[in-house]
Amino acid sequence: MSANEAVQGHIDIRRLDIHFGRGAARFQAVSDVNITVPGGQFVCLLGPSGCGKSTVLGALAGHLAPSRGELLLDGAPISGPHPERGLVFQHHTLFPWKRVLDNVAFGLKMKGLARAERETKARELLHLMGLEGFERHYPAQLSGGMQQRVEIARSLINRPRVLLMDEPFGALDAQTRLLMQELLLDVWTRVRTTVLFVTHDIDEALFLADRILVMSARPGRIIEDLAVDFPRPRDALLTTTEDFNRLKRHCMDLLHHDRGERVLERLSPIGDGGAASVSFAV
Amino acid sequence: MGSAKLAIAPAVPLSLPAGGAKAPPAWVGGALRWLLRLGSLLACVALWELAAAKRLDLGLVTFAHVPPPSEVGPAIWKLVNSPKFFNHVNSSLLRVFSGFLAAAVAGVALGLIIGRSRAAEDAVLPPLEALRPIPAVSWIPLAILMFPSSELSMIFITFIGALFPVLLNTIHGVHAVDGRLVAAARSLGAGRLATLREVILPGAAPSIVTGLTIGMGTSWFCLVTAEMIAGQFGIGYYTWESYTLQNYADIVVGMVFIGLFGMASSAALRRLGTLAMPWYRLREKQS
Repeated sequence: MSANEAVQGHIDIRRLDIHFGRGAARFQAVSDVNITVPGGQFVCLLGPSGCGKSTVLGALAGHLAPSRGELLLDGAPISGPHPERGLVFQHHTLFPWKRVLDNVAFGLKMKGLARAERETKARELLHLMGLEGFERHYPAQLSGGMQQRVEIARSLINRPRVLLMDEPFGALDAQTRLLMQELLLDVWTRVRTTVLFVTHDIDEALFLADRILVMSARPGRIIEDLAVDFPRPRDALLTTTEDFNRLKRHCMDLLHHDRGERVLERLSPIGDGGAASVSFAV
Repeated sequence: MGSAKLAIAPAVPLSLPAGGAKAPPAWVGGALRWLLRLGSLLACVALWELAAAKRLDLGLVTFAHVPPPSEVGPAIWKLVNSPKFFNHVNSSLLRVFSGFLAAAVAGVALGLIIGRSRAAEDAVLPPLEALRPIPAVSWIPLAILMFPSSELSMIFITFIGALFPVLLNTIHGVHAVDGRLVAAARSLGAGRLATLREVILPGAAPSIVTGLTIGMGTSWFCLVTAEMIAGQFGIGYYTWESYTLQNYADIVVGMVFIGLFGMASSAALRRLGTLAMPWYRLREKQS
């Protein structure tokens, strides 16, 4: 990996506001969010459910238009979805009619690569994700953890400068989630890219991130910018150390402010779910 | 029964009726069911034979002119071995498949466009919605006036018959495609056309196949009616001609073949659908 590559993936979010809905149903999801992420950093967005974390992610992915503010990737404004910004959803969005190999190779097909070439690259990535032998399976034949691994591989094949992950392990059981977190860190050391990882799980954020941005309840604002400098490589034992628990308590205190408020429904990174809500022109 | 199920397992071994050594193996039950089904069919044919042979008159409906199965059987054999059989079948199949194919292409193409674009929906759908309540069969007189040959007018009728089921099911299928899949495809670099080809079309495919299967059925229905009025060959024409010539057994022969061909083409279509979408059954099994 050259030094030049490491510089890529610099995110700048300036004075971001996002509103949803029309008329009386209109509400503010995100309020005056300012984030700067240097290329190659692993950042977790931590906050209560419905606070607008996923909304910020959706705006970076280019699926949501901001009402105000600027979104820049390496200095260039973001306007619409692009393969240089990979998006991983909480529930997988693999194409049910494509086999694992074709799902992973999809991005390369869109780039116009020949079949042989894209399949070779897809196989390499499946190897990296520990999914050899499942190339010919359909997504419905895989477990939830494997589906998420394919989903991540499908994003990574485009060599994105930024990987946007929206609670990607939130629907998995505790055991699988731990394995996936370790796998993700392992893969991230090899496929270096900026990661913006949304979660409401404090342990997950502390285990994964270089840095945690804590968000308030809706409308979401950044209320704390927390450096997490545990040495890497990290393993599950880290979660039992005193330093880890000290930071965990700190995060719990921050999120505690919002206790007692009503629980809000989850916001989708693509707005109200339909293709119709995609506001950017192709 | 429900409370027994909830009770904690007793110390004695469970003796479930199905697990007992005396219970007959599963295939015996299956064979019995098939025997019953076959018996029911045969009983109906026997009743038909009896009613026709006795010229049963129930006042409201009479079997006096109904040919018995013992006459229909040989009549089928005779038709299958006659040279005109090929002509009749060939004409009908040609008409059905031309009309159906045109409807499939037009229905799927229009359905994709209407389903994807609100402007297209507003521009194209209203006239189609206005035509939809008119049964295809009622087009027959106008179709004869509109087209240069009765052949084309019959194909047009089968086209109209199949168009709406295909169109509406395609639109429905397009609307039912998960918006997250579209978003994912665009994040992976898919443009408008690629999204249509790679996501919308395969996503709507199960619904399209349903529409095609229904459309195939209505195609046959419309064709037979059209042939009775305007045809010179064809199975519908043959059935009606048998009536006018008072070959009553041949009426039933025509009916049998209409049913067989309709069933076979729908079944073939379903089979093609399953072959083209091996993933679909997997997904159904999961959810």
